[in-house]
Amino acid sequence: VRRGIIRSSGPGAAVIYLSLLVLIPIAAVASQAFSGGWSPFWGAIRNPETWAALRLTLLSAVIVVIVNTFAGTAVAWVLVRDKFPGKKLLGALVDLPFALPTVIAGLTLLTLYGPDSPIHLDVANTRLAVWVALAFVTLPFAVRSIQPVLEELDLDAEEAAASLGANSFTVFRRIVLPSLAPAMISGASLAFARALGEYGSLVLFTSGLPFKTMVASIRIFGFVESDDYQAAAAVSLFLLLGSLAILLALGALRRHLTRDEVSA
Amino acid sequence: VSITVAPPGPAEPVHSPTVIVGRRKHKRRNPAVRKFFFKNGLRVFVIGYLAMLVAVPVATIAYRAFEPGFSTAWRDLTDPGGAGTGDFVHALILTLVVAAIAVPLNTVFGVGTALLLARHRFPGARLLDAAIDLPIAISPVVVGLSLLLVYDRSGWIGSWLAGRGIQIAFSIPGIVLASAFISIPYVAREVLPVLQEIGTEQEQAAATLGAGPIVTLLRITLPSIRWGIAYGVVLTTARVLGEFGAVSIISGNIQGQTETLTLYVSNQFADYNLVGAYMGGLVLAVISLLVLGLLSLSKRKESRSWRSKSAESQSASARQ
Repeated sequence: VRRGIIRSSGPGAAVIYLSLLVLIPIAAVASQAFSGGWSPFWGAIRNPETWAALRLTLLSAVIVVIVNTFAGTAVAWVLVRDKFPGKKLLGALVDLPFALPTVIAGLTLLTLYGPDSPIHLDVANTRLAVWVALAFVTLPFAVRSIQPVLEELDLDAEEAAASLGANSFTVFRRIVLPSLAPAMISGASLAFARALGEYGSLVLFTSGLPFKTMVASIRIFGFVESDDYQAAAAVSLFLLLGSLAILLALGALRRHLTRDEVSA
Repeated sequence: VSITVAPPGPAEPVHSPTVIVGRRKHKRRNPAVRKFFFKNGLRVFVIGYLAMLVAVPVATIAYRAFEPGFSTAWRDLTDPGGAGTGDFVHALILTLVVAAIAVPLNTVFGVGTALLLARHRFPGARLLDAAIDLPIAISPVVVGLSLLLVYDRSGWIGSWLAGRGIQIAFSIPGIVLASAFISIPYVAREVLPVLQEIGTEQEQAAATLGAGPIVTLLRITLPSIRWGIAYGVVLTTARVLGEFGAVSIISGNIQGQTETLTLYVSNQFADYNLVGAYMGGLVLAVISLLVLGLLSLSKRKESRSWRSKSAESQSASARQ
């Protein structure tokens, strides 16, 4: 009898908790977005300032995810294959952006790359600032997805290829890259989702200037501040659906790649 | 007989020997040289990237916080007449209180959900599994907005609660809700793979020896997933202490009342009290460094307990 109670009430309790905290609020966003029907929803999205913010968000996420997938692969490679004093410290540094609160991330970047920069490098309130901040917060996703796969990777295949005359670039391209690709894509998906919704690190460092450095989340915040919940919900829903679509596409790509690997 | 073995004449090699030697030398050296440049170039790139993106900025904030001297900075923060006017202490306490509520909530939920997904079959299990990850893919600003729409006085649930005198939005319960929302996945995601890895053998053995489900849970299951839980709890705490976007919407950011530590930092910055902002930032940065230390500690413990366990099972199978 006790098992029966656990079995039936366990999922129920989990679903109630998730519903009160996550599912009902998200449903409320969807409902609020369409509270005036289709045309106010579309009107909020097509507002020039909002549209510019959405375009900048997508463009920045694409740029940063591509840069960090390459840089993250390099970092993971050095952390796994290279040996030098201080490597452990370097590994700990990779996790710091995850542990550091986003607003502090923005503040630290502003301190070094802002108007009071001790190295006289002021990029604050530019698009470069958007990209630097996003690169900072998405760095751990790329590295930490690739690193465990690289650690498990067998050296035999690489050594065999090298002994057959393949140079190191060919070995990397033909042997290492195909094994890493699924991990690179799942790291990229996480980084993508994070980059699309990032707020805290951008607010101080980029100031969210309309048409210049304003990303979607800052636009939503502005709508909430001015009590325009319908427009805020519309942009939120658009952003949610966009990131969902990207996640699904990347998931399909990853499954496609792993299936190839299995059949080969 | 010895005459038939002719010594190799100088005319025998068709190609000029110097060319061959030169080419061989070139071929032998080139990959090594390239490898040297590749390895060091990569090393320099990686160290440089991490330094310019992470290490140097974080070091700069520590430098800025202590620029006017440690004692001045501390007096400013804690003295009621100072620049921080005691808001710093209030923000620190509020942040800790919120973490003290939200982290246990999500720990219980995370362990419970991981147990459900790993040990029971029920309709909708895959949906539940997917829904846990939802908070990672949602912008913190959207989290704040969504909670506001439901728990505000005019919201779906908020209006019902307001009739009973309970206020959620723009007060501490709202901050707790937002913190719990954004940190839902971490405990469940750390515990679930451990549960799947350890299997059910020991739990079944306990059950056949007459242990009830609660005894089995307390004596068998929880001890074997304790480092997974520890890892998840530390991640959850880090996210709760550092949440900014969601909290700044749902709390209303009322100075001295619903101002968490991250809000304090951004408010002080907006008020041009840079020392306050840098000190608050430094406190949070030090907390994150502590978190990193705890994470690597619990990871090492976890892998060590794993290694000893697999060694045990190997020796056990060897005996058989």
